[in-house]
Amino acid sequence: MRCSKVDAIAFTKNDNVATAIKNLSKGQTVIVILGEEKIHIELLEDVPFGHKFALMDIPKGEQVIKYGETIGIATENIKKGQYVHVHNVVGQRGVRRHRS
Amino acid sequence: MRLRGFLRPDGRIGFRNHFLIVPTVICATRAAEEIASNFANVVHLHNQHGCNHMKDDERKVVNVLKGMALNPNVVGVLFIGLGCETVPTQKIFESVRASGKPVECLIIQEEGGTLRTVEKGVRLLQQMMEKIDINQVEADLSTVTVAIECGGSDTTSGIAANPVVGYVADKLVDAGATVVFSETTEIIGAEHLLAKRAVNDDVAKKLLELVDRCEKSALAGGEDIRGVNPTPGNIRGGLTTLEEKSLGAIYKAGTRPIKGVLEYAEPIPSGGLYFMDSPGHDVESVTGMVAGGAQVVIFTTGRGTPTGCSIAPVIKVTANASTYRRMSDNIDVDVSDVLEGRSTIQQAGERLFMKLIEILNGKLTKSEMLKHHEFGIYLTQPTL
Repeated sequence: MRCSKVDAIAFTKNDNVATAIKNLSKGQTVIVILGEEKIHIELLEDVPFGHKFALMDIPKGEQVIKYGETIGIATENIKKGQYVHVHNVVGQRGVRRHRS
Repeated sequence: MRLRGFLRPDGRIGFRNHFLIVPTVICATRAAEEIASNFANVVHLHNQHGCNHMKDDERKVVNVLKGMALNPNVVGVLFIGLGCETVPTQKIFESVRASGKPVECLIIQEEGGTLRTVEKGVRLLQQMMEKIDINQVEADLSTVTVAIECGGSDTTSGIAANPVVGYVADKLVDAGATVVFSETTEIIGAEHLLAKRAVNDDVAKKLLELVDRCEKSALAGGEDIRGVNPTPGNIRGGLTTLEEKSLGAIYKAGTRPIKGVLEYAEPIPSGGLYFMDSPGHDVESVTGMVAGGAQVVIFTTGRGTPTGCSIAPVIKVTANASTYRRMSDNIDVDVSDVLEGRSTIQQAGERLFMKLIEILNGKLTKSEMLKHHEFGIYLTQPTL
């Protein structure tokens, strides 16, 4: 059970966000699996299960990459360890319009 | 790793030996059900269609009925028509007979009603079953077509279950097997990435056209697919954009080049990765791929779903530990250890692969044990 300390998963070396696999808290240093590697990141904000945080600084206008592919564009400067979601990322292929 | 299957007259290999009753129209479904209930190993399609369709829908219905009958998991077929249906029962019957598979056909109006049809059908099926060849032959992975599906998705689908299945999909393609995935509505937003994986420009163009057609048809009905995804529930679960949602969904098909794009229920060519047009509706999507020739389905789920198919084993995979605990009646493989850091995607993928081999060789899936025989045809036009 030594390995069950993993907190988040990233998919490829190119990913600049990781997905939390448990509820994570601000100030916590989390362990992220990145392929065969494990890296440590200090969280600047709370990140709920299933949500994402930045593995590195992502400047405004840059691509947010998960699964090795662009999932959207940063709408503001995002710091390493910051929570990444609809408040600071916008998709390019379609935006929710109705049924809100 | 040893695979054994049943050699069919058309040279294909089946991994189940089902007799199938195909009611070509809804009015024949009750008789089909009654005949099937008399036997072990006889299944029927719960057909709700077969009459008064417009041209495109009629083509889909015919392709599904024919495709299910021709599927190599089926050893023999009994068609039952009413006699006045608009689908060409006789033509479907003749084309399946031409494959060399044992087939019979009954028309209820000619037999003189439900009871006479049932009695004759039971006798015909028993005669067919007496002649059944149960000898199995050695087979390899190049004879296998695997359909990949996801339904009742949650966060765990995109981050673990789908990548694990994607690993298996790549391994299968590399071994010469055929893999097919579908759900046009679910790739919207990632179609540009899938198009890049097409083996040539024609395949890429066809994929983009398919998405365009699907979006236009939804818009004509007042629904903007790009405008409703990700749903509020998806966003609460952590999905940020349409691209992210679609990428998580297509991850289950692995990373190999897309060799072709198929219409709904179109026969699937052999070897490599294919995409088939279908809706996000799980049952209709699985039906289309099995009618295309898939002998087995790998189905990921986060929330849990019980659905199966009458002629093909459907292997349920989840990465949600609590769903597995709650719905272990319905779910075959638990890969939640990936999320707990106890397994890599590759290790879980190897475990799923071995399960797939066991199931191809005859071990029953949960959906088979519980007779989950869901059946649904993807129709897009008004019924006349």
